[in-house]
Amino acid sequence: MSEVQTVENMVSITIDGKEYKAKEGEYILNAARANDIFIPAICYLTRCSPTLACRICLVEANGKQVYSCNTKVKEGMEVTVNTPNILAERRAMMEVYDVNHPLQCGVCDQSGECELQNYTLELQVDSQSYSIPDTKRETSDWSSVLHYDAGLCIVCERCTTVCKDMIGDAAIKTTKRGGASLDKAWKDEMPKDAYAMWNKLQKSVIAPSNGTGSTDCSDCGECIAVCPVGALVSRDFVYTSNAWDLRKIPAVSAHSSDGFQIYYEVKPISIDNRDEKIYRVTNEWNYVSLDGSARFGYDYENRGVTKDKKAFDLAIEAFKKAKTIRFNSMITNEEAMMLQTLKEKMGIKLYNPEVRAFQKFLTLYADASGHSLYTSSMEDSMKSDFIVSVGGALRNDSPGLKYAFNNVQKMNKGAGLYFHPVGDTLIPSFGKSVSTFTHKVGLEEATLYLVLALFSDQDKLDSSVKDYITELGGKEGLIDLVGGDSKKFIKGFDKMMKKKERFTLMVGEDYYYHDRADNLAKLIALIEQTAGFNVVMNPPKSNALGVAIICDLDDNAEGYTVGYNEIGDFRLSALGDGDLDIPAFNQQEGTVTNLSKRVVPTNVALDYGGYELNDLMKELIDDAPEETIDWTKRLPTDRGYRAVEFDSLDNYYDNAGNEHRGYLLNVLFEERDTPKVEKFYDDTLLDGDIVYRCNPPRQFNDFSAKAHQIFEPFGLYVSSSKAESLGKKVEVVFDNGTIVVDVIEDKKMEGDIMALSDFKSAENVYGLFDGSRYASVTIKEV
Amino acid sequence: MSLEQFKNRNVGTQNYVKLDLAHTPTTGWGQFKQVVGRTFKPELFVGLWVTFREMGNALVGGKMHTTQYPFEKLPISPRYRAIHDMLRLMESGNYRCIGCGLCEKICISNCISMETKYDENQRKEVSEYTINFGRCIFCGYCAEVCPELAIVHGPRYETASEQRASFSLFEDMLTPIDKLNLQQEYDGFGAISPNADENIKPTPLAY
Repeated sequence: MSEVQTVENMVSITIDGKEYKAKEGEYILNAARANDIFIPAICYLTRCSPTLACRICLVEANGKQVYSCNTKVKEGMEVTVNTPNILAERRAMMEVYDVNHPLQCGVCDQSGECELQNYTLELQVDSQSYSIPDTKRETSDWSSVLHYDAGLCIVCERCTTVCKDMIGDAAIKTTKRGGASLDKAWKDEMPKDAYAMWNKLQKSVIAPSNGTGSTDCSDCGECIAVCPVGALVSRDFVYTSNAWDLRKIPAVSAHSSDGFQIYYEVKPISIDNRDEKIYRVTNEWNYVSLDGSARFGYDYENRGVTKDKKAFDLAIEAFKKAKTIRFNSMITNEEAMMLQTLKEKMGIKLYNPEVRAFQKFLTLYADASGHSLYTSSMEDSMKSDFIVSVGGALRNDSPGLKYAFNNVQKMNKGAGLYFHPVGDTLIPSFGKSVSTFTHKVGLEEATLYLVLALFSDQDKLDSSVKDYITELGGKEGLIDLVGGDSKKFIKGFDKMMKKKERFTLMVGEDYYYHDRADNLAKLIALIEQTAGFNVVMNPPKSNALGVAIICDLDDNAEGYTVGYNEIGDFRLSALGDGDLDIPAFNQQEGTVTNLSKRVVPTNVALDYGGYELNDLMKELIDDAPEETIDWTKRLPTDRGYRAVEFDSLDNYYDNAGNEHRGYLLNVLFEERDTPKVEKFYDDTLLDGDIVYRCNPPRQFNDFSAKAHQIFEPFGLYVSSSKAESLGKKVEVVFDNGTIVVDVIEDKKMEGDIMALSDFKSAENVYGLFDGSRYASVTIKEV
Repeated sequence: MSLEQFKNRNVGTQNYVKLDLAHTPTTGWGQFKQVVGRTFKPELFVGLWVTFREMGNALVGGKMHTTQYPFEKLPISPRYRAIHDMLRLMESGNYRCIGCGLCEKICISNCISMETKYDENQRKEVSEYTINFGRCIFCGYCAEVCPELAIVHGPRYETASEQRASFSLFEDMLTPIDKLNLQQEYDGFGAISPNADENIKPTPLAY
């Protein structure tokens, strides 16, 4: 992400007589915010489309009244924020918002951070001129986490907008309120825009868009975050704490690899127990959108731990005789660096089945492309206008990339192609220019050949590649091969490609586990070179990218194994069930390398009284530093990290939306020859019953499973049609083992492939799949 | 009262009265005479008579000046700030506290703490409420800020107890439900002003 604005695309505008620079094509509101000028606005969300529900952002631009949230800046534009007429309009609008709003600020959860309170005070509304009979509006629970109090709702539509434009679920919409209609007499009596806004407001209320009383969504809770009033609150949080009692701790979301910035909000558990607990997670919703695991999967801390010297001594013994350390991606960069140091100094093997395949794939890609790391990021892909997603179940694997894929369709008039063996009904709903291809397992190379055929500059392609594509039947043949309808698709494709300039390829976890990962990596490098694509990869979980870069992992475990939150002969565990307790992620400080290649700091939310890995390091090696965060400056600079102190890392977004969190990894580039891609063979196609290693949305690991607001169970997730043919419980027989699991219907899945969760490490699902993400299995009824 | 005389610091011109004191004896004989003269004056009996007279007035004449604390207590000003009372609504008997947390927030010695929850009637319920009286400085801000006149300062100024907890629980401060009819409306610190009605701006309440 470019943090320095280039001068070429800046225009100058005048706001209230002062001259400012603004990005060309930006809305006045955003330009003003970037220059620290306040324009009141309720319904607008940065990164989403303007809804014009509140109309409070009225300004005068070049002598005309416009809405600053949907008017773009022009060179020389003169903006006046307040004119007598605009002030009268705003005042009337705020009075309208206050009509019939329950006077229950005393108990409301939003009180203290409520935008209705703030703007009522800001605009000095001290009397009310309007009235209308109130309509009874019921409180309801929309899902296991969402609580909606319609009486408090001011129908600003931020929730529906974020759900559609950012999250992609479009699970809520405005619906008819059925109240009294506005007296026409008001039209002449009150300011024009205020009347129009009231007219719309009086008619609507928010409801689940599927017509039932409950939402059919991923339960990310972003609607709760954006709600300006107390209408949307999580069921768990309702009436438990006032906003001002909570202490905010900036941190990083722990479960998915997106590494979103979050705030843990903590306060003592109760009057009797003054230990703190996390009450909720909030975010800078204008700039970051969280997924459900980040927002609700927070209470996995290792509580009540004291220093157990005996266990500590045993742990030292265990490390001294260990041949292998087994761990996963739920680990900070600093701790990964400690393990790497143990490997270097004591020769202990590092085994991490979650990350190893990804690490290999990164190496293959670096060899083929010359880039030391993939070139794009989540933020960059959000700025592109054509996204191709391959090899990942977008909805489950990577919330951040799913949001980017969706946001591009809604905001950039973008288009997208989605290739995956597991059919998904949600992705096509992201936009009209989205095509999905449900291909057979094993045809991953064919999808990349299709991308080459569709997007590459044919002059840049080697003749052997062109010949091979022709041999496969050209575009048409490939489209049909990967499960598309060539006639229909080719017709629509020209339209999809219109005015497209920035292309992004999203690569998912399937590819890392692929038998022919080397050829896939070469094909990706070739696409990058010849089709002008930027590439972003989805690190499997948590800090997988950090582990992949910092640690030299081994292919297998052998001998005496120390498990770090994993199975092993001696277990260090933050889950409270190991031989030695260690702090959980929300009890640690350190850095994480997120999907966007950013090294971001996270802070301690909850106290921890026991030993941590660095205490062991102090016993095991000579030059261990005093604190865990002293390792931050020891992170390997030859692999892209910087030798900086932890305390010098920033962690905030500025008013222009620029991210000031930690630093970006340094990506090196060396010129390479065009990669020599190989042909593929379709004799490796799987058939029969196929199981896919994939978690339900919101579940990633043992820690998300421990969180009390994450309800998705461990099991075999199948499409509705498949669920009918299976019983409630089945035995899945793999080549090297079996597992008995519950069958769970996922209404957004299509086709016959079944998704087996892997988030419980005790089930050893990685072992069953044996280095692959798909497996041919036999299903037995139980 | 005019402050003029205090501002005049010119001592010589002020209305001072000089006492006409007798000369201090300088000889031994003079000092002896002064001691004997003072010793055998009857003033001692004048004082004793005053004491006897007042005793008679108190015991027989009914003119007792002493308050028989702790059996007898003087009424105190409504502005006195002693141990808090939590009041109930007269009509329903429900307690007035809505759990808004303003007293907890405003408390400058940080001694108020409460727990709230979402109850089965979809209302905010105060499940726990305590004031740490070891730390309370009786400043009255909590009563001042309370929007419901729920927490007020009562007249209970005797803050000696075997345990602090004996009077810091919500139930102890709350008006006993069987004594609801005895609950007095509070007119001390934070009570609404007599002209409160005049200060309220009318809004259209057509419905």
